Amino acid sequence: MPKIIYISHQGQTTQIDVPVGDSVMEGAVQNGIDGIVAECGGSCLCATCHVYVDEKFLPLLPPIGDDQDAMLDSTAADRLPNSRLSCQISVRPELDGLIVRMPETQK
Amino acid sequence: MAAGVVVVGGGQAGFQTASSLRAEGYDGPIRLIGEEPQAPYQRPPLSKAFVLGKQDPSRLLLRPESFYKDHDIQLLTGERAISIDRSGGWVGLASGQQFAYDALVLALGARNRTLSIPGAGLDGVCYLRTLAEAAALKGRLESARDVVVIGGGFIGLEIAASARTLGKTVTVLEAFPRLMARVVAPVVSEYFRAAHAARGVEVTLSALVQEIRGTDTVKEVILASGSAVPADMVVVGIGVLPNVELASEAGLAVAGVPPHGISVDEFLRTNDERIFAIGDCAEYHNVFAGQRVRLESVQNAVDQATCVARTIAGKPAPYHSAPWFWSDQFDIRLQMVGLPAGHDRLVVRGSVEDGKFSVFYFNGDRLCAVDSVNRPADHLAARKMIAAGISPTPDQAADESINLKTL
Repeated sequence: MPKIIYISHQGQTTQIDVPVGDSVMEGAVQNGIDGIVAECGGSCLCATCHVYVDEKFLPLLPPIGDDQDAMLDSTAADRLPNSRLSCQISVRPELDGLIVRMPETQK
Repeated sequence: MAAGVVVVGGGQAGFQTASSLRAEGYDGPIRLIGEEPQAPYQRPPLSKAFVLGKQDPSRLLLRPESFYKDHDIQLLTGERAISIDRSGGWVGLASGQQFAYDALVLALGARNRTLSIPGAGLDGVCYLRTLAEAAALKGRLESARDVVVIGGGFIGLEIAASARTLGKTVTVLEAFPRLMARVVAPVVSEYFRAAHAARGVEVTLSALVQEIRGTDTVKEVILASGSAVPADMVVVGIGVLPNVELASEAGLAVAGVPPHGISVDEFLRTNDERIFAIGDCAEYHNVFAGQRVRLESVQNAVDQATCVARTIAGKPAPYHSAPWFWSDQFDIRLQMVGLPAGHDRLVVRGSVEDGKFSVFYFNGDRLCAVDSVNRPADHLAARKMIAAGISPTPDQAADESINLKTL
């Protein structure tokens, strides 16, 4: 299973094996990582699963869809070029070792 | 020692209350009591990803079971609260247990309205709210060929879209002359009628269902017009009734447009200062609508839960969230924000023909609601405008050269 590395805003690192096909959001929520809220359950509707993706993985991610682009404009923490909604990142073998950093706040 | 908080209802609102209490630093006991056998889960995917077989039940859980232990939340599943002793300050469960409370949060949800026509009790008549009902419906769908959906609201149309995606012959019977009549503008209703028809769903409007016929299992649905629609299964989505009985039997006020909700003030408090009500079962004064409302939505459940948790944790602030809703049908995303009550003007932005448009509802000069079809950016801009009390002029709303975000 690909390993996803979640780094909290305070700097705490947690490494989780996430099944292929699950989202990076699900990997966090189902393993008790508190910095990702995911109010809408992964429907790209609430912008509370915002993460900053480590730059070297950006080329491996799918393009940002219209829905995600609109949602990223309303994140609680600043939108940066590497901002993504973690519900829109489906885990694939190539993403093994993916590092995501959580923002200070999701709401 | 503090009795703590008892939350009755293990849906989205109940879960969020418990979770937000801990996030807000509340350190007393928290008991979360749910009737269903599972830990709290998401309902929205049930009509979509779940029935399509794309999301298994373990992925529906809002949090894994370990979350409750890790946050010192006592989760009681399969338990029903049957009484509230307000003077004693405790809740009684059907199992005989009693839990004292300092604060009680009623997140009782709603139940489906049921059909009361001949044949409504036949095998093959399905409803959808719980995971158990969704699993039964999914099982039925596997062997069904002709699916009749009674009710052209969100649930009915989402099920219709899923059943059609699975290759079924699908008929939607709607009693009103248009789809989703209670919640969207006529142009949106017509767009969805045409979109369903184009994808092979038979939509019959102004359809008065008279009877469901069959021997043991459903066979056909009979309309007042005399026509008969073949059916291997019937899915009924005709709205819900809020669960208020636990509250009303305890003498708490229920009111509002029938069916009544549990009446709460701006802090979501009932007429008993230790008891709050939130989510589908609560009716409150909505500042955006300028009237008392009872809303059935994820947003309402989550935001009211968060508001109550803050109040109980000693950081009270009145409830003041702009309502928003969504419905996914086929590849079409419908998003709504605000409440259209009192509107006197509709303005369309974008192209209905291209299936990308928004409808802006104005009450005089004030923007009160926006329905968006495949226009997420409009929806997000509208959420911000409505929350902030900013209104574009109708001309600005219609003019696509104007960026709504800059208003």
